[in-house]
Amino acid sequence: MIFTNYFNSMLALFSLFLCGMIMVSLSMGYISIPMEELFRMIAGKVFGTMDIDTPSKEIFAAVIFDVRLPRILTCAAVGAALSISGVLFQGILLNPLADPYTLGVSAGAAFGACIAILLNLGAAFVSIPAFAFTGACATLFFVIFLSYSSPGKGSVSGLSSNNLILSGIIVAAILSAGISFLKFLANEQVSVIIFWLMGSFASKTWMNFWVILGFLVLGFLIAIYFARDLNLISLGDKAASSLGVDTKKITLLLLITGSMLAAICVSVSGIIGFVGLLVPHMVRFVTGPDNRKLLPASMIVGAFLLLLADTITRAVLPHEIPIGILTALIGGPVFCWIFKRSRLR
Amino acid sequence: MEINIQNIWFSHGETPIIKDLSHRFSPGKFHGILGPNGSGKTTLLDLISGFMPPNKGEILLDAAKLSILSKNQIAQTLSLVSQDYYINFPFSVEEVVMMGRHPFIKRFSHPSQSDVDGVTQAMDITGISHLKKRRVTQLSGGEKQRCILARALCQDTPVLLLDEAFSNMDINHTLAMLGLIKKMIQRTKKTIICVLHDLNLAAAWADEIVFLKNGEITASGSTQDTMTRENIEQVFQVESKVEFNDYVQAKQVYFKTI
Repeated sequence: MIFTNYFNSMLALFSLFLCGMIMVSLSMGYISIPMEELFRMIAGKVFGTMDIDTPSKEIFAAVIFDVRLPRILTCAAVGAALSISGVLFQGILLNPLADPYTLGVSAGAAFGACIAILLNLGAAFVSIPAFAFTGACATLFFVIFLSYSSPGKGSVSGLSSNNLILSGIIVAAILSAGISFLKFLANEQVSVIIFWLMGSFASKTWMNFWVILGFLVLGFLIAIYFARDLNLISLGDKAASSLGVDTKKITLLLLITGSMLAAICVSVSGIIGFVGLLVPHMVRFVTGPDNRKLLPASMIVGAFLLLLADTITRAVLPHEIPIGILTALIGGPVFCWIFKRSRLR
Repeated sequence: MEINIQNIWFSHGETPIIKDLSHRFSPGKFHGILGPNGSGKTTLLDLISGFMPPNKGEILLDAAKLSILSKNQIAQTLSLVSQDYYINFPFSVEEVVMMGRHPFIKRFSHPSQSDVDGVTQAMDITGISHLKKRRVTQLSGGEKQRCILARALCQDTPVLLLDEAFSNMDINHTLAMLGLIKKMIQRTKKTIICVLHDLNLAAAWADEIVFLKNGEITASGSTQDTMTRENIEQVFQVESKVEFNDYVQAKQVYFKTI
């Protein structure tokens, strides 16, 4: 009843699309690589039979395995992680309009990154992502601290969605003022900050990919393990509690999981909006609101769509524009359309 | 199952909501809880359902202390239809009712045939079978309440807590649901605790009544004994006339229109 054949074949179809997209994206770009050459290269790499005999093959191998593949896989993993994070936030905050950045995680990450850029720590390879990640985590815990009041001291439910959303908005507002101030102080580095904030997958490394993949796998396992409880939590605290869900513990756990996923994405690739909001919404039309189906489907669709957007900006447009702008420019209107349509029904 | 409440206290910050409340809810009976707004009716149900722990005191389910039971054990013992039945996500009616079986289905396993049968039966008796594929977000208030009631019924627990569970139903459905619950009590000796606002419904359907005011019990006992003009005036500050009505075959309360 839960995983019908229909759903399984749909999931398989989505995965197939994703693989296809990865291949198409690999072949496209400044140096165009023919499909058959691509397949031969990958097969050669996998089976260890690759022989690089001509200079052009050497270039192809470098382009595929050192430049495009890490970028493409990072991008797909970020798309997947942001989508899972979006599903989690929408369920916890009982609000289909929540997204991974509702709690100010993005503002926190941006603030951390700005400090790193301002102090000129950008030269050291990990420091901007590390600062961004620290900023995001600090923000998350401060927001939880703000909205959490211990039981018996006047609060009925420790982490009510209203408290969380309000705290998130307040903290994000303070942080964005802080970011503006840092930009004001930054003088000539202001363009670096602005570029970072707009998000990019340019020159991502295998290291970036493995870190995100680690978080993604862990986050997905936690999310899918508690997916059924999330269904109940999305009906409200009291209903979930009366149906045997330890709402406080699981809400907190899923909140941290969702925020960590968002935080790692932002620290690696900057602020990429609309993926976490839009993908769960679109997928919900197909799978329904059951998180056990929504989570895996959103993950694959999110990876596919963000990769599509990144391929457009990297290989189709004459000049690469920041991915954050592209997702907002495409995602915004699509969201308007979905929003209008779903309310007309 | 008997619910034994022993000297519980609960407060929101400095404001006490429940003050040193003790009561035994005996099994196989329909207990009505009556009281003015803000008297602590919903808080009392929240404490009994384990949603919040009392600041002081103990609640016993037969011999077991509520405070040491796991959430899942509680969910297998008590079901709750809360006042707030708003659902933001477009689950189908069938999915929502199936959630009542959640405490009994292991993680990652499919619902058994008896779970599916339980859901079908609960939807049948609450009269929502024809809505089973509909989205809950598209239902009317009364239909949604019947859907939530069906969820609690298929949870099939010895104790059922109802917090104004009929507030949006028309009179036809209200009577049908009350009749259904009454029949269930006779058959299975369930304990029903029901917060009501309609004194006449309480007078006609409840076996026992608890009058609650400012977090304290002002009167409790059989409906026959407690449904009196004095009690109603003390709790609600309204004048009324209470008399046995032959048509209803129960006491009824009349209020004056000025």
